[in-house]
Amino acid sequence: MKTKLVAALAAATMLIPAVATAHSPWLKPSATVVSGKEGWVTVDAAASTDVFIADHQPLPFEMMKVTQPDGSAGQVENGMRGKFRSTFDVHLTQPGTYRIGSEMAGVFGSYMLDGKEQRLPRGLAADKLKEAIPAGATDVKIMENAGRNVIFVTLGAPTDTVLKPTGKGLDFAPVTHPDDLVAGEPATFGFLVDGKPAAGIEVKVIPDGRRYRDEQKEESFTTDAKGQVKITWPAAGLYWVQASTSDKNSSIPGATDRRMSFTATLEVLQP
Amino acid sequence: MHLTYRTILPATAMASLAGPALATTVDLSITLPQIKTAEYHRPYVAAWLEQAGQPTGRTVQVWYQQPRPNAREDGTKWLRDLRGWWRKSGRALDLPANGISGATRAPGTHAVSANVGQLPAGAYELVVEAVREDGNRETVRLPIAWNGKAATKAATAKGTIELGAVSAVVKP
Repeated sequence: MKTKLVAALAAATMLIPAVATAHSPWLKPSATVVSGKEGWVTVDAAASTDVFIADHQPLPFEMMKVTQPDGSAGQVENGMRGKFRSTFDVHLTQPGTYRIGSEMAGVFGSYMLDGKEQRLPRGLAADKLKEAIPAGATDVKIMENAGRNVIFVTLGAPTDTVLKPTGKGLDFAPVTHPDDLVAGEPATFGFLVDGKPAAGIEVKVIPDGRRYRDEQKEESFTTDAKGQVKITWPAAGLYWVQASTSDKNSSIPGATDRRMSFTATLEVLQP
Repeated sequence: MHLTYRTILPATAMASLAGPALATTVDLSITLPQIKTAEYHRPYVAAWLEQAGQPTGRTVQVWYQQPRPNAREDGTKWLRDLRGWWRKSGRALDLPANGISGATRAPGTHAVSANVGQLPAGAYELVVEAVREDGNRETVRLPIAWNGKAATKAATAKGTIELGAVSAVVKP
Protein backbone atom coordinates (compact mmCIF):
# COMPACT_ATOMS: atom_id res chain seq x y z
CA MET A 1 0.00 0.00 0.00
CA LYS A 2 2.77 2.37 0.94
CA THR A 3 4.56 1.90 -2.34
CA LYS A 4 1.33 2.44 -4.21
CA LEU A 5 0.90 5.74 -2.41
CA VAL A 6 4.37 6.81 -3.44
CA ALA A 7 3.52 5.85 -6.98
CA ALA A 8 0.33 7.90 -6.74
CA LEU A 9 2.28 10.94 -5.68
CA ALA A 10 4.82 10.42 -8.43
CA ALA A 11 2.05 10.08 -10.97
CA ALA A 12 0.32 13.20 -9.70
CA THR A 13 3.43 15.35 -9.76
CA MET A 14 4.43 14.16 -13.20
CA LEU A 15 1.00 14.53 -14.78
CA ILE A 16 1.02 11.02 -16.14
CA PRO A 17 -2.36 10.25 -17.65
CA ALA A 18 -4.01 7.45 -15.70
CA VAL A 19 -4.23 5.25 -18.77
CA ALA A 20 -0.47 5.19 -19.11
CA THR A 21 -0.17 3.02 -16.01
CA ALA A 22 -3.32 0.98 -16.46
CA HIS A 23 -1.89 -1.75 -18.63
CA SER A 24 1.35 -3.54 -18.01
CA PRO A 25 3.46 -4.59 -21.00
CA TRP A 26 4.64 -8.17 -20.87
CA LEU A 27 6.52 -10.80 -22.83
CA LYS A 28 5.77 -14.45 -22.22
CA PRO A 29 8.42 -16.87 -23.47
CA SER A 30 7.66 -20.53 -24.09
CA ALA A 31 10.97 -21.35 -22.36
CA THR A 32 14.06 -19.56 -21.07
CA VAL A 33 16.33 -22.60 -20.66
CA VAL A 34 16.92 -24.54 -23.88
CA SER A 35 19.24 -27.48 -24.55
CA GLY A 36 20.60 -28.96 -27.78
CA LYS A 37 22.70 -27.75 -30.71
CA GLU A 38 20.05 -25.22 -31.63
CA GLY A 39 16.54 -24.40 -30.50
CA TRP A 40 13.48 -22.19 -30.80
CA VAL A 41 11.45 -20.12 -28.44
CA THR A 42 8.09 -18.58 -29.14
CA VAL A 43 7.04 -15.42 -27.35
CA ASP A 44 3.68 -13.76 -26.68
CA ALA A 45 3.73 -9.97 -26.34
CA ALA A 46 0.88 -7.87 -24.99
CA ALA A 47 -0.24 -5.20 -22.57
CA SER A 48 -3.02 -5.87 -20.07
CA THR A 49 -4.16 -5.14 -16.53
CA ASP A 50 -3.14 -8.57 -15.27
CA VAL A 51 0.25 -9.68 -16.55
CA PHE A 52 0.37 -12.74 -18.83
CA ILE A 53 -3.40 -12.66 -19.35
CA ALA A 54 -3.95 -11.61 -22.95
CA ASP A 55 -7.23 -9.72 -22.85
CA HIS A 56 -6.50 -6.20 -24.00
CA GLN A 57 -3.90 -5.18 -26.57
CA PRO A 58 -0.99 -6.74 -28.48
CA LEU A 59 2.50 -5.23 -28.39
CA PRO A 60 3.85 -4.80 -31.92
CA PHE A 61 6.29 -7.61 -32.70
CA GLU A 62 8.01 -5.23 -35.15
CA MET A 63 9.43 -3.39 -32.11
CA MET A 64 11.23 -6.47 -30.82
CA LYS A 65 14.99 -6.75 -31.10
CA VAL A 66 17.11 -9.83 -30.58
CA THR A 67 20.68 -9.68 -29.29
CA GLN A 68 22.57 -12.94 -29.73
CA PRO A 69 25.13 -14.32 -27.26
CA ASP A 70 28.02 -12.91 -29.34
CA GLY A 71 26.45 -9.44 -29.21
CA SER A 72 25.26 -9.41 -32.83
CA ALA A 73 21.66 -8.76 -33.82
CA GLY A 74 19.39 -11.77 -34.30
CA GLN A 75 16.05 -12.09 -36.06
CA VAL A 76 12.42 -12.05 -35.09
CA GLU A 77 10.61 -14.70 -37.13
CA ASN A 78 6.99 -15.66 -37.76
CA GLY A 79 5.63 -12.44 -36.31
CA MET A 80 1.85 -12.32 -36.01
CA ARG A 81 -0.41 -9.66 -34.56
CA GLY A 82 -3.52 -11.08 -32.94
CA LYS A 83 -6.48 -9.36 -31.37
CA PHE A 84 -5.07 -9.48 -27.85
CA ARG A 85 -1.43 -10.48 -28.23
CA SER A 86 1.22 -10.74 -30.86
CA THR A 87 3.57 -13.69 -31.12
CA PHE A 88 6.97 -14.23 -32.65
CA ASP A 89 9.68 -16.86 -32.70
CA VAL A 90 13.41 -16.66 -32.19
CA HIS A 91 15.72 -19.29 -33.61
CA LEU A 92 18.55 -19.96 -31.16
CA THR A 93 21.62 -20.89 -33.17
CA GLN A 94 24.46 -19.84 -30.83
CA PRO A 95 25.18 -21.31 -27.42
CA GLY A 96 24.67 -18.82 -24.60
CA THR A 97 22.22 -16.16 -23.47
CA TYR A 98 19.97 -14.13 -25.80
CA ARG A 99 18.33 -10.87 -24.92
CA ILE A 100 14.95 -10.33 -26.60
CA GLY A 101 12.67 -7.34 -26.23
CA SER A 102 11.89 -3.75 -26.99
CA GLU A 103 13.16 -0.37 -26.07
CA MET A 104 10.77 2.53 -26.03
CA ALA A 105 11.91 6.14 -25.90
CA GLY A 106 9.26 8.79 -26.15
CA VAL A 107 7.99 11.97 -24.65
CA PHE A 108 4.76 13.01 -23.06
CA GLY A 109 3.49 16.30 -21.80
CA SER A 110 1.09 19.13 -22.37
CA TYR A 111 0.79 22.73 -23.49
CA MET A 112 -1.73 25.54 -23.36
CA LEU A 113 -3.30 26.79 -26.55
CA ASP A 114 -6.08 29.39 -26.69
CA GLY A 115 -6.66 28.94 -22.97
CA LYS A 116 -7.07 25.19 -23.21
CA GLU A 117 -4.72 22.47 -22.00
CA GLN A 118 -3.71 20.04 -24.74
CA ARG A 119 -1.85 16.80 -24.27
CA LEU A 120 0.91 15.63 -26.55
CA PRO A 121 -0.07 12.46 -28.41
CA ARG A 122 0.74 9.23 -26.61
CA GLY A 123 3.97 7.52 -27.56
CA LEU A 124 5.34 10.58 -29.35
CA ALA A 125 8.97 10.20 -30.49
CA ALA A 126 11.36 12.89 -29.26
CA ASP A 127 12.36 13.93 -32.78
CA LYS A 128 8.70 14.62 -33.64
CA LEU A 129 8.34 17.16 -30.83
CA LYS A 130 8.78 20.24 -33.01
CA GLU A 131 5.93 19.28 -35.31
CA ALA A 132 3.67 18.25 -32.41
CA ILE A 133 3.72 21.59 -30.64
CA PRO A 134 1.82 24.24 -32.61
CA ALA A 135 2.92 27.84 -32.89
CA GLY A 136 1.48 29.98 -30.11
CA ALA A 137 1.52 27.19 -27.53
CA THR A 138 2.48 28.28 -24.04
CA ASP A 139 3.29 26.51 -20.76
CA VAL A 140 4.87 23.64 -22.67
CA LYS A 141 5.67 20.75 -20.33
CA ILE A 142 7.74 17.94 -21.78
CA MET A 143 8.75 14.78 -20.00
CA GLU A 144 10.86 11.94 -21.31
CA ASN A 145 9.48 8.43 -21.03
CA ALA A 146 11.96 5.60 -21.56
CA GLY A 147 11.20 1.94 -21.05
CA ARG A 148 12.83 -1.41 -21.69
CA ASN A 149 10.89 -4.66 -21.75
CA VAL A 150 12.99 -7.80 -22.11
CA ILE A 151 13.39 -11.51 -21.63
CA PHE A 152 16.54 -13.60 -21.48
CA VAL A 153 16.74 -17.00 -23.14
CA THR A 154 19.70 -19.35 -22.87
CA LEU A 155 20.76 -22.15 -25.20
CA GLY A 156 23.17 -24.38 -23.26
CA ALA A 157 25.14 -22.65 -20.49
CA PRO A 158 24.39 -19.03 -19.53
CA THR A 159 26.69 -16.26 -20.78
CA ASP A 160 27.00 -12.58 -19.86
CA THR A 161 27.55 -10.62 -23.07
CA VAL A 162 23.94 -9.49 -23.41
CA LEU A 163 23.79 -8.50 -19.73
CA LYS A 164 26.30 -5.67 -20.13
CA PRO A 165 24.69 -2.38 -19.14
CA THR A 166 24.24 0.22 -21.87
CA GLY A 167 25.12 3.07 -19.53
CA LYS A 168 22.07 5.01 -20.71
CA GLY A 169 18.87 5.30 -18.72
CA LEU A 170 17.69 2.55 -16.38
CA ASP A 171 19.80 -0.59 -16.80
CA PHE A 172 19.52 -4.07 -15.39
CA ALA A 173 22.74 -5.29 -13.78
CA PRO A 174 22.00 -8.77 -12.51
CA VAL A 175 24.40 -10.40 -10.05
CA THR A 176 22.45 -13.67 -10.28
CA HIS A 177 22.08 -14.75 -13.90
CA PRO A 178 18.44 -14.19 -14.98
CA ASP A 179 18.31 -17.64 -16.60
CA ASP A 180 19.58 -19.40 -13.48
CA LEU A 181 16.69 -18.83 -11.07
CA VAL A 182 15.35 -21.47 -8.73
CA ALA A 183 12.45 -21.39 -6.24
CA GLY A 184 13.65 -20.76 -2.69
CA GLU A 185 17.06 -19.46 -3.75
CA PRO A 186 17.50 -15.70 -3.44
CA ALA A 187 18.48 -13.78 -6.56
CA THR A 188 20.39 -10.50 -6.45
CA PHE A 189 19.68 -7.93 -9.14
CA GLY A 190 21.25 -4.52 -9.50
CA PHE A 191 19.85 -1.50 -11.28
CA LEU A 192 21.80 1.41 -12.73
CA VAL A 193 20.80 4.85 -13.95
CA ASP A 194 23.21 6.16 -16.56
CA GLY A 195 25.72 3.56 -15.38
CA LYS A 196 25.57 4.46 -11.68
CA PRO A 197 23.90 2.35 -8.96
CA ALA A 198 20.24 3.33 -8.58
CA ALA A 199 19.62 3.36 -4.83
CA GLY A 200 16.14 3.54 -3.36
CA ILE A 201 14.14 2.68 -6.48
CA GLU A 202 11.07 0.50 -6.49
CA VAL A 203 11.06 -3.00 -7.98
CA LYS A 204 7.69 -4.73 -8.36
CA VAL A 205 7.38 -8.49 -8.69
CA ILE A 206 4.13 -10.20 -9.81
CA PRO A 207 3.79 -13.97 -10.25
CA ASP A 208 1.92 -15.56 -13.16
CA GLY A 209 -1.55 -17.04 -12.71
CA ARG A 210 -3.45 -13.94 -11.58
CA ARG A 211 -6.76 -15.39 -12.70
CA TYR A 212 -6.43 -18.31 -10.35
CA ARG A 213 -6.05 -16.39 -7.11
CA ASP A 214 -8.04 -13.63 -5.39
CA GLU A 215 -5.12 -11.39 -4.41
CA GLN A 216 -2.65 -9.60 -6.62
CA LYS A 217 0.30 -11.17 -4.74
CA GLU A 218 2.40 -8.27 -5.90
CA GLU A 219 5.60 -7.80 -3.94
CA SER A 220 7.55 -4.60 -3.83
CA PHE A 221 11.26 -4.20 -3.14
CA THR A 222 13.47 -1.14 -2.81
CA THR A 223 17.06 -1.13 -4.00
CA ASP A 224 19.77 -0.67 -1.35
CA ALA A 225 22.73 1.73 -1.43
CA LYS A 226 24.41 -0.46 -4.06
CA GLY A 227 21.29 -0.27 -6.21
CA GLN A 228 20.50 -3.92 -5.55
CA VAL A 229 17.52 -5.98 -4.45
CA LYS A 230 17.47 -9.53 -3.17
CA ILE A 231 14.40 -11.45 -4.30
CA THR A 232 13.35 -14.85 -2.99
CA TRP A 233 10.95 -16.72 -5.24
CA PRO A 234 8.18 -18.44 -3.31
CA ALA A 235 7.48 -20.93 -6.11
CA ALA A 236 8.53 -21.91 -9.60
CA GLY A 237 6.84 -20.07 -12.44
CA LEU A 238 7.00 -16.93 -14.52
CA TYR A 239 7.47 -13.61 -12.74
CA TRP A 240 6.94 -10.12 -14.08
CA VAL A 241 9.56 -7.77 -12.66
CA GLN A 242 9.47 -4.03 -13.15
CA ALA A 243 11.79 -1.35 -11.79
CA SER A 244 10.90 2.28 -12.26
CA THR A 245 12.31 5.63 -11.30
CA SER A 246 12.44 9.21 -12.45
CA ASP A 247 14.86 12.12 -12.36
CA LYS A 248 15.52 15.51 -13.91
CA ASN A 249 18.39 14.43 -16.17
CA SER A 250 16.69 14.15 -19.51
CA SER A 251 18.83 14.61 -22.59
CA ILE A 252 15.84 15.75 -24.63
CA PRO A 253 15.89 19.55 -25.11
CA GLY A 254 13.07 21.16 -23.16
CA ALA A 255 12.23 18.08 -21.13
CA THR A 256 12.06 18.71 -17.39
CA ASP A 257 11.70 15.15 -16.15
CA ARG A 258 12.71 11.70 -17.21
CA ARG A 259 10.62 8.66 -16.33
CA MET A 260 12.34 5.30 -16.74
CA SER A 261 11.22 1.73 -16.41
CA PHE A 262 12.81 -1.64 -16.87
CA THR A 263 10.53 -4.64 -17.23
CA ALA A 264 11.59 -8.28 -17.47
CA THR A 265 9.83 -11.60 -17.44
CA LEU A 266 11.87 -14.12 -15.49
CA GLU A 267 11.36 -17.83 -15.28
CA VAL A 268 11.95 -19.54 -11.94
CA LEU A 269 12.36 -23.29 -12.10
CA GLN A 270 11.96 -26.04 -9.53
CA PRO A 271 15.14 -26.71 -7.56
CA MET B 1 -46.02 -35.16 -0.07
CA HIS B 2 -46.51 -31.67 -1.28
CA LEU B 3 -49.55 -31.17 0.91
CA THR B 4 -47.80 -32.44 4.02
CA TYR B 5 -44.94 -30.10 3.37
CA ARG B 6 -47.27 -27.16 3.18
CA THR B 7 -49.21 -28.03 6.28
CA ILE B 8 -46.15 -27.99 8.52
CA LEU B 9 -45.25 -24.45 7.46
CA PRO B 10 -46.37 -21.61 9.71
CA ALA B 11 -49.46 -19.80 8.57
CA THR B 12 -47.58 -16.63 7.71
CA ALA B 13 -45.16 -18.51 5.51
CA MET B 14 -48.06 -20.12 3.74
CA ALA B 15 -49.57 -16.75 3.17
CA SER B 16 -46.40 -15.46 1.58
CA LEU B 17 -46.12 -18.51 -0.62
CA ALA B 18 -49.73 -18.45 -1.60
CA GLY B 19 -49.83 -16.08 -4.53
CA PRO B 20 -47.52 -14.72 -7.19
CA ALA B 21 -48.39 -11.20 -6.14
CA LEU B 22 -46.44 -11.62 -2.92
CA ALA B 23 -42.90 -10.81 -3.86
CA THR B 24 -39.94 -11.10 -1.57
CA THR B 25 -37.75 -8.09 -0.89
CA VAL B 26 -34.12 -8.02 0.15
CA ASP B 27 -32.97 -4.93 2.02
CA LEU B 28 -29.27 -4.90 1.43
CA SER B 29 -26.55 -2.67 2.75
CA ILE B 30 -23.06 -2.90 1.28
CA THR B 31 -20.08 -0.85 2.39
CA LEU B 32 -17.27 -0.40 -0.09
CA PRO B 33 -14.08 0.64 1.71
CA GLN B 34 -11.88 3.56 0.75
CA ILE B 35 -8.78 2.09 -0.84
CA LYS B 36 -5.68 4.19 -1.27
CA THR B 37 -3.95 3.18 -4.45
CA ALA B 38 -2.20 4.73 -7.41
CA GLU B 39 -5.05 3.80 -9.65
CA TYR B 40 -8.51 3.28 -8.22
CA HIS B 41 -11.32 1.78 -10.23
CA ARG B 42 -14.70 1.22 -8.62
CA PRO B 43 -15.28 -2.47 -8.00
CA TYR B 44 -17.74 -4.69 -9.78
CA VAL B 45 -20.13 -6.00 -7.11
CA ALA B 46 -22.74 -8.77 -7.20
CA ALA B 47 -25.12 -10.07 -4.55
CA TRP B 48 -27.15 -13.21 -4.97
CA LEU B 49 -29.14 -15.79 -3.03
CA GLU B 50 -28.13 -19.42 -3.28
CA GLN B 51 -29.02 -22.68 -1.60
CA ALA B 52 -26.65 -25.50 -0.75
CA GLY B 53 -26.58 -28.07 -3.52
CA GLN B 54 -28.41 -25.89 -6.01
CA PRO B 55 -26.52 -25.08 -9.19
CA THR B 56 -28.11 -21.69 -9.71
CA GLY B 57 -28.87 -18.72 -7.54
CA ARG B 58 -30.93 -15.59 -7.97
CA THR B 59 -29.27 -12.26 -8.46
CA VAL B 60 -30.18 -9.52 -6.00
CA GLN B 61 -27.86 -6.82 -7.34
CA VAL B 62 -25.04 -6.44 -9.83
CA TRP B 63 -23.02 -3.26 -10.30
CA TYR B 64 -20.74 -2.98 -13.31
CA GLN B 65 -19.32 -0.51 -15.77
CA GLN B 66 -22.23 0.84 -17.80
CA PRO B 67 -21.95 1.56 -21.53
CA ARG B 68 -19.96 4.69 -22.30
CA PRO B 69 -19.75 6.48 -25.63
CA ASN B 70 -16.52 5.76 -27.53
CA ALA B 71 -15.34 3.21 -24.97
CA ARG B 72 -12.81 0.81 -26.42
CA GLU B 73 -14.29 -2.08 -24.49
CA ASP B 74 -17.74 -2.78 -23.11
CA GLY B 75 -17.98 -3.17 -19.33
CA THR B 76 -19.79 -6.48 -19.71
CA LYS B 77 -16.47 -7.97 -20.85
CA TRP B 78 -15.29 -8.07 -17.22
CA LEU B 79 -18.48 -9.49 -15.65
CA ARG B 80 -16.91 -12.94 -15.70
CA ASP B 81 -14.36 -11.68 -13.16
CA LEU B 82 -17.20 -11.78 -10.62
CA ARG B 83 -16.44 -15.46 -10.86
CA GLY B 84 -18.71 -16.85 -8.15
CA TRP B 85 -21.70 -14.86 -9.34
CA TRP B 86 -21.00 -15.50 -13.01
CA ARG B 87 -21.19 -19.25 -12.46
CA LYS B 88 -24.19 -19.27 -10.14
CA SER B 89 -26.36 -16.68 -11.82
CA GLY B 90 -24.66 -14.12 -14.04
CA ARG B 91 -24.12 -16.19 -17.15
CA ALA B 92 -27.82 -17.02 -17.33
CA LEU B 93 -28.99 -13.45 -16.74
CA ASP B 94 -30.00 -10.97 -19.42
CA LEU B 95 -28.48 -7.59 -18.72
CA PRO B 96 -29.36 -4.89 -18.05
CA ALA B 97 -31.94 -6.19 -15.58
CA ASN B 98 -34.50 -3.76 -14.23
CA GLY B 99 -34.06 -3.11 -10.51
CA ILE B 100 -31.12 -5.51 -10.33
CA SER B 101 -28.26 -4.17 -12.40
CA GLY B 102 -26.72 -0.74 -12.21
CA ALA B 103 -23.56 1.29 -12.37
CA THR B 104 -20.53 0.75 -10.16
CA ARG B 105 -20.59 2.71 -6.94
CA ALA B 106 -18.13 4.86 -5.06
CA PRO B 107 -16.66 3.91 -1.67
CA GLY B 108 -19.24 4.32 1.09
CA THR B 109 -22.33 2.56 2.37
CA HIS B 110 -25.05 1.80 -0.12
CA ALA B 111 -28.52 0.66 0.90
CA VAL B 112 -30.71 -0.93 -1.74
CA SER B 113 -34.00 -2.71 -1.67
CA ALA B 114 -34.43 -5.34 -4.35
CA ASN B 115 -37.37 -7.45 -5.37
CA VAL B 116 -36.30 -11.07 -5.85
CA GLY B 117 -39.68 -12.45 -6.85
CA GLN B 118 -41.32 -15.23 -4.95
CA LEU B 119 -38.78 -16.92 -2.70
CA PRO B 120 -39.70 -20.37 -1.38
CA ALA B 121 -39.04 -20.91 2.33
CA GLY B 122 -35.68 -22.49 3.12
CA ALA B 123 -32.10 -21.97 4.19
CA TYR B 124 -30.23 -19.58 1.92
CA GLU B 125 -26.96 -17.82 1.76
CA LEU B 126 -26.81 -14.28 0.54
CA VAL B 127 -23.43 -13.99 -1.16
CA VAL B 128 -21.77 -10.67 -1.90
CA GLU B 129 -18.77 -10.61 -4.21
CA ALA B 130 -16.56 -7.67 -5.16
CA VAL B 131 -13.73 -7.56 -7.67
CA ARG B 132 -11.67 -4.52 -8.56
CA GLU B 133 -9.39 -3.84 -11.51
CA ASP B 134 -5.80 -3.69 -10.26
CA GLY B 135 -7.17 -4.93 -6.93
CA ASN B 136 -8.38 -8.12 -5.33
CA ARG B 137 -11.49 -10.24 -5.22
CA GLU B 138 -13.49 -10.91 -2.07
CA THR B 139 -16.65 -12.83 -1.23
CA VAL B 140 -18.70 -12.73 1.99
CA ARG B 141 -21.62 -14.99 2.88
CA LEU B 142 -24.65 -14.18 5.05
CA PRO B 143 -26.87 -17.01 6.30
CA ILE B 144 -30.55 -16.35 5.66
CA ALA B 145 -33.25 -18.55 7.19
CA TRP B 146 -36.29 -17.61 5.18
CA ASN B 147 -39.67 -18.59 6.58
CA GLY B 148 -41.79 -15.95 4.94
CA LYS B 149 -41.49 -13.47 7.78
CA ALA B 150 -39.19 -10.51 8.05
CA ALA B 151 -36.26 -11.41 10.28
CA THR B 152 -36.05 -9.43 13.51
CA LYS B 153 -32.28 -9.16 13.11
CA ALA B 154 -30.32 -8.43 9.97
CA ALA B 155 -27.80 -10.99 8.79
CA THR B 156 -24.36 -9.42 8.78
CA ALA B 157 -20.84 -10.09 7.60
CA LYS B 158 -17.70 -8.08 7.13
CA GLY B 159 -15.10 -8.24 4.43
CA THR B 160 -11.42 -7.56 4.93
CA ILE B 161 -10.11 -6.17 1.63
CA GLU B 162 -12.63 -5.19 -1.00
CA LEU B 163 -15.78 -5.24 1.13
CA GLY B 164 -16.66 -3.55 4.42
CA ALA B 165 -19.76 -4.31 6.47
CA VAL B 166 -22.56 -6.09 4.63
CA SER B 167 -26.03 -6.65 6.04
CA ALA B 168 -29.29 -8.00 4.69
CA VAL B 169 -32.89 -8.41 5.75
CA VAL B 170 -35.24 -10.54 3.71
CA LYS B 171 -38.88 -9.59 4.09
CA PRO B 172 -42.20 -10.23 2.43
